[in-house]
Amino acid sequence: MKYDEALAKYEPVLGIETHIELGTASKMFCGCPTGFGAEPNTQVCPVCLGLPGALPVTNHAAIEGIIKIGLALNCEIVEWCRFARKNYFYPDMPKNFQISQYDEPLCVNGFLEVEAEGETYRIEIERVHMEEDTGKSLHVGGATGRIQGADHSLVDYNRAGIPLVEIVTKPIPATGEKAPLVARAYATELRELVRSLGVSDVRMEEGSMRCDVNVSLMPRGAAEWGTRTETKNVNSLRSVERAVRSEIERQAGVLSGGGRIVQETRHFHEDTGRTTSGRSKEEAQDYRYFPEPDLVPMAPSREWVAELKASLPELPAARRRRVQAEWALSDLELRDVVNAGAVELIEATVAAGADAGAARKWWMNELSRRATEQGVELDALPITPEQVARIQAMVAAGELNDKLARQVFEGVLAGEGAPDEVVAARGLKVVSDEGELSSIIDRVIADNAAVADKVRSGKVAAAGALVGAVMKATRGQADAGRARELILEKLGAS
Amino acid sequence: MSAITRDEVAHLARLSRLALGDDELDHLAAQLDQIISAVARVQEVAAEDIPPTSHALPLTNVYRADEVRPSLAPEQALAGAPAAEEQRFRVPRILGEEA
Ligand SMILES: [Zn+2]
Repeated sequence: MKYDEALAKYEPVLGIETHIELGTASKMFCGCPTGFGAEPNTQVCPVCLGLPGALPVTNHAAIEGIIKIGLALNCEIVEWCRFARKNYFYPDMPKNFQISQYDEPLCVNGFLEVEAEGETYRIEIERVHMEEDTGKSLHVGGATGRIQGADHSLVDYNRAGIPLVEIVTKPIPATGEKAPLVARAYATELRELVRSLGVSDVRMEEGSMRCDVNVSLMPRGAAEWGTRTETKNVNSLRSVERAVRSEIERQAGVLSGGGRIVQETRHFHEDTGRTTSGRSKEEAQDYRYFPEPDLVPMAPSREWVAELKASLPELPAARRRRVQAEWALSDLELRDVVNAGAVELIEATVAAGADAGAARKWWMNELSRRATEQGVELDALPITPEQVARIQAMVAAGELNDKLARQVFEGVLAGEGAPDEVVAARGLKVVSDEGELSSIIDRVIADNAAVADKVRSGKVAAAGALVGAVMKATRGQADAGRARELILEKLGAS
Repeated sequence: MSAITRDEVAHLARLSRLALGDDELDHLAAQLDQIISAVARVQEVAAEDIPPTSHALPLTNVYRADEVRPSLAPEQALAGAPAAEEQRFRVPRILGEEA
């Protein structure tokens, strides 16, 4: 069913579960390293392989990380809780269970405010709990690397046991047609928040942040929520939005055709933007949780929690409010800067000595354009805020004009070295020698006598052509403003 | 009334991927029933003032510092695997479940 039609008949209710791998040096319960992309099964030991007799010991830094996330999400940090075994038979965990938390999560009852199209939504957080990540399976023999049709699977346990934080929202009602945007805004804000805490690199493309989206529909005006599905495999912010939208359309089609929604896990496909049915949820729920006997309970002291709370950095929402005031941005300008992922980059450029207006101009225009051309995020460009500040300092000092500055950016991005090296190597300097500039202008006036006469007779606008000729003669290295002044002076029109 | 039904035992067996025959189910269901009943007698002793206990030691907050320790070499890690391929554990395909 078409999206608008679906929304006219039904009201969606969302729920989002997000898994975030913490960036600790070692795993959750053993000393294995956690680096991404290592050779298979080189970061495993008896503990994370679940070999007989091995005992887990909790990583202190991981608990510190999850408490910081809980506090940043305005959660209550419980005074006592336990780990639990989630039992299931699947080779992604060699132990046949995952250490997780069940009815005693470490952080509860928080919220996160997000903005979608100028409206603020308060997303209630049900729980934030600690668990361990699973291994990665490679399905062999199937056509697409998926399990259907696979002959056998090959498992790499490097990821098994990496600290994983699960953040679960309460049901999110009343977002109407903005449901997909709210879901995306939540994932975006959560990513920014966790990144600002420095506890995870939250890279969706590498799987260190993963979203499962629950969607249900109820007829408009109904009081009772419908049956929900859980869509997994949603691995980009854009996919979060698309998955919600696609699931709303699909469910509306089923419901309006007189069918019923089956409570199940569905899989999102990046290529088609559609979801397909996975295993049915009711059966998979039978995890036989029980308290983990190998790990003692956690009882984070109130002093420690207070200490961690005091140590939280400025959070993204507060930072946005501050930079908006400091840089005198309109709401729209702020949104552009945020969406471009440029807040921190501009801040760092300002900290390195550039004025805010110039820093914003370079990042939002010149560098954003180049990032788009190369298909990378702004912060992935090979240039530092300090280098941007250095280029701007040369502009402010009159050593470079904007045109030359763009050439310096080009050189730095091409790996030709630091700004000063690029300037030296490419010979980029504004012609500031008045004598040299003056003689070039004399020649240009002589070569363009007709134009010069117009200027003399008061048509000041015609001077533009002469300035252009001077810039051409200096290959862009003259200060155009100064050249104009000199031309008008020489032609008695100033 | 029994503490665990034959159907429940069959369900647990399926969750654990154990293929039990009818006679095995009969046998185990009866045994498990006795075990659960025996363990349940502990509950009779539990009074209001005795909190449920999951750990034998009165300890909390046992942590390790976030320090990397050497892992196994992949040959050691895979030494006990029934089958290995491309330095990975090779397992039979799992029917009816998704990765
Ligand atoms: Zn390990």
